[in-house]
Amino acid sequence: MNKRKQISEIVFKLISGFCAYSLIGILLFIIGIIFVKGFNALSFEMISQTPKGGYYFGGEGGFLNAIVGSLYIALGATFIAIMIGTPAALFINVHLVRYKRTQNTIRYLLDSLWGIPSIVYGAFGFTLMLLMGMNASLLAGIITVALLVTPIMTRTFDEVLQTIPKGLHEASFALGSTKTETAFKILFKQGFSGFVTAILLSFGRGIGDAASVLFTAGYTDLIPTNLDEPAATLPLAIFFQLGSPIPEVRERAFAAAAVLTILILIISITARIISKRYLKTIIK
Amino acid sequence: MEIQNIVDSAENNFLNLNSGIESFPILRIQNLNVYAEKNHILKDINLEIPRNKITVLLGPSGCGKTTLLKCMNKLTDLYKELKVSGNIFIEQDDILNTKKDIPSIRQKMGLLSQRPYLLPMSIYKNVAYGVKLKGIRDKKLLHYSVEKNLKEVGLWEEVKDRLHSPATKLSIGQQQRLCLARGLAVKPRIILADEPTSALDPISSKIIENLFVELKKHYTIILVTHILRQAVRLADHVVFMYYGDIIEQGPPDELFNNPKTETLKKYLVEGN
Amino acid sequence: MIFRRIAVDKTNNVWMVASLATILALPLIIGIGLYIKSIPLLEYQSAGSLVTSSEWLPSQGKFGFWPFIYGSLYVTMISFLLSAPVCVFAAIYLTQYASKRIVNIFMPIVDILAGLPSVIYGVFGILVVVPFISKYLAPIFDVSTSGYCILAGGIVLSIMSIPYMLNIMIEVFNTVPIGIKEASLSLGATSWESIKHVVVKRSIPGVISAFGLGIAKAFGETIAVMMVVGNVLKISHNPFKGGYPLPALIANNYGEMLSIPKYDSALMFAALLLLVVILLINIVFRYLIYKTQIK
Repeated sequence: MNKRKQISEIVFKLISGFCAYSLIGILLFIIGIIFVKGFNALSFEMISQTPKGGYYFGGEGGFLNAIVGSLYIALGATFIAIMIGTPAALFINVHLVRYKRTQNTIRYLLDSLWGIPSIVYGAFGFTLMLLMGMNASLLAGIITVALLVTPIMTRTFDEVLQTIPKGLHEASFALGSTKTETAFKILFKQGFSGFVTAILLSFGRGIGDAASVLFTAGYTDLIPTNLDEPAATLPLAIFFQLGSPIPEVRERAFAAAAVLTILILIISITARIISKRYLKTIIK
Repeated sequence: MEIQNIVDSAENNFLNLNSGIESFPILRIQNLNVYAEKNHILKDINLEIPRNKITVLLGPSGCGKTTLLKCMNKLTDLYKELKVSGNIFIEQDDILNTKKDIPSIRQKMGLLSQRPYLLPMSIYKNVAYGVKLKGIRDKKLLHYSVEKNLKEVGLWEEVKDRLHSPATKLSIGQQQRLCLARGLAVKPRIILADEPTSALDPISSKIIENLFVELKKHYTIILVTHILRQAVRLADHVVFMYYGDIIEQGPPDELFNNPKTETLKKYLVEGN
Repeated sequence: MIFRRIAVDKTNNVWMVASLATILALPLIIGIGLYIKSIPLLEYQSAGSLVTSSEWLPSQGKFGFWPFIYGSLYVTMISFLLSAPVCVFAAIYLTQYASKRIVNIFMPIVDILAGLPSVIYGVFGILVVVPFISKYLAPIFDVSTSGYCILAGGIVLSIMSIPYMLNIMIEVFNTVPIGIKEASLSLGATSWESIKHVVVKRSIPGVISAFGLGIAKAFGETIAVMMVVGNVLKISHNPFKGGYPLPALIANNYGEMLSIPKYDSALMFAALLLLVVILLINIVFRYLIYKTQIK
């Protein structure tokens, strides 16, 4: 082998490896700096109290309102996504099992939907809200985020259902099951890991998304007790507090960022563990 | 034609050189063991491949024939889960342990896979690819090589007007012959063929088989197959494998008419 | 009993079909909704002149979107230039060189990076990228900047789009059959030569699609960019100056949009613009990927 080939062989392997390993570096760097900054500022008060008087000038209190608001919105949106996404995914895999082309076209459209940015959902949610005569509220936030996460929910669940062998459907039909029974008793069970992963993924997106709730959920210092009350969210709490010139307020933004990061990490790691565990029990 | 003379005379020299060391086996395998995670896929294989003959590796599917073939030109590198130990001498070089560069040893062997795997380029470039890798850039020389090797596999007349169109437009039988021409273009001494006719129609298969009979005058051919009749038609030397072991080997008459082991007897009965 | 089962089956079918239809009709519904809201503006000025004009004075009824489109294009371009090569090489490493064990370590990392909320990337940008630019990078070029600038937006975006593009690219490279690599190696190519001439070459449509989808993703990203890009309404070719991308326009001004005539219409038009551009890019490039996977 001549020298030039030998050198390019080594050089390009090194470059490729470097690019890949730099991703680990980036992840550790991001999480590291957020944790360092965040944990320095974080106190129990912050995650257990709502803002008190003068909070936005560095006064007492915490951002419990935002944590709860985010959880409410993510839960509500995920619930709607389950109600729409599950039947849709099952439909693709049971009723359309013989129509490969239609299946592929639908998947292709769903993938394209995944690309729509959340600010567009936000703007549309806002339009919808005005149309229905609502104000910025928990409900409006939930609906908007639901629009955003439903395609994700559907496609993720579908991805796992797709791997279930076709013989299983036929066996079920042969035993006299209706399509509904096949869908919910056989496929749903077999694809349960996908279902859980899809829920967690939607939930994670719901907690973390800012642009879609910016117009629709409003912001308040109180914990919402009703669907038509506005709700604060964690990403927006971070965003607004970082805009403040007062150092104490900015510190609290970092603390909130650390809390959000922990939530997201817990969700994605759980999703991974669960999908791995259930994958073992699936007939392949 | 001048170039033709240069190339041909070079080739003759090469063939003469070849005949000088006729007594050596061209490929020698010693104590070859392959593990895939915990499975022992090839168990202590020792094998010598005779020169300018067709050696057939025969056995049921999944018995390790293909893996053995891939060890011979160290394509096992691509399968990170395989652990390979032992020696495989290609003439003098132990390809598994050499410090020499692997690509040039691999060029001593042409590969023909189960399906024609075309490179994503034109017909012309498919054949010229390996030649260019050797550092040959001269247009005339490249063209000569492309023409000569396409003629060798009987494809020249069929494709000479569309050399620069994508190779994927050929029929699957033509594609497989193109793959053979591509392999021959780097002037190998050994042709490794892994069930080369399994994806082809009977007529295309026949063409490939006939080509092998022609080619063995200049090349050593190692053919993996699970089709007993193909082995009977082509083999000069048969190696029968069963679950990672070589059970029996020898000339086809002897092996097929007087099998010594029960396994082979059973296989012959079922295979027919 | 039988009748009940059949009735359940029928009801359920309706539920399923309705769900799927809703999801699939979503882009259309969103598009129509946003279009209706932007009609007041479009009646008054054509889409073409809105997009090309650069006068933005909402209180005087002048809506020129060009500075925002320019800002978006600029940050997206920087993000693309920084992230594309990293993605290609990382994807090559993970599909061609790395062992299964290493890939199994990497995939969760890519997933976590992809799952981090954009506001977190924004915080990272403020904590790291912005000070880095103002303290270290700008002095090298002899400019002074607060660090809140186009370049900061581009860098943050590039980090965000890497996991997204990388995932698609890994899928693309994995569709190259191993037999083609074997063929190339057996002809005497080194492994890099095989990757360059065969694996990458065969994946070109897929790689281009991954690029396109990455660009679309970056183009629509809002919060993270908005946090570091400065939000300055002035066209500047200098990446150390602030910019004002289109999504940031929508997000920053929703508060006052109802108090100025046609302002809400203008913001909804901006959202429509984003939707159309991004959906088109997605449809075209996903189709390209879908085609290559079938082959």
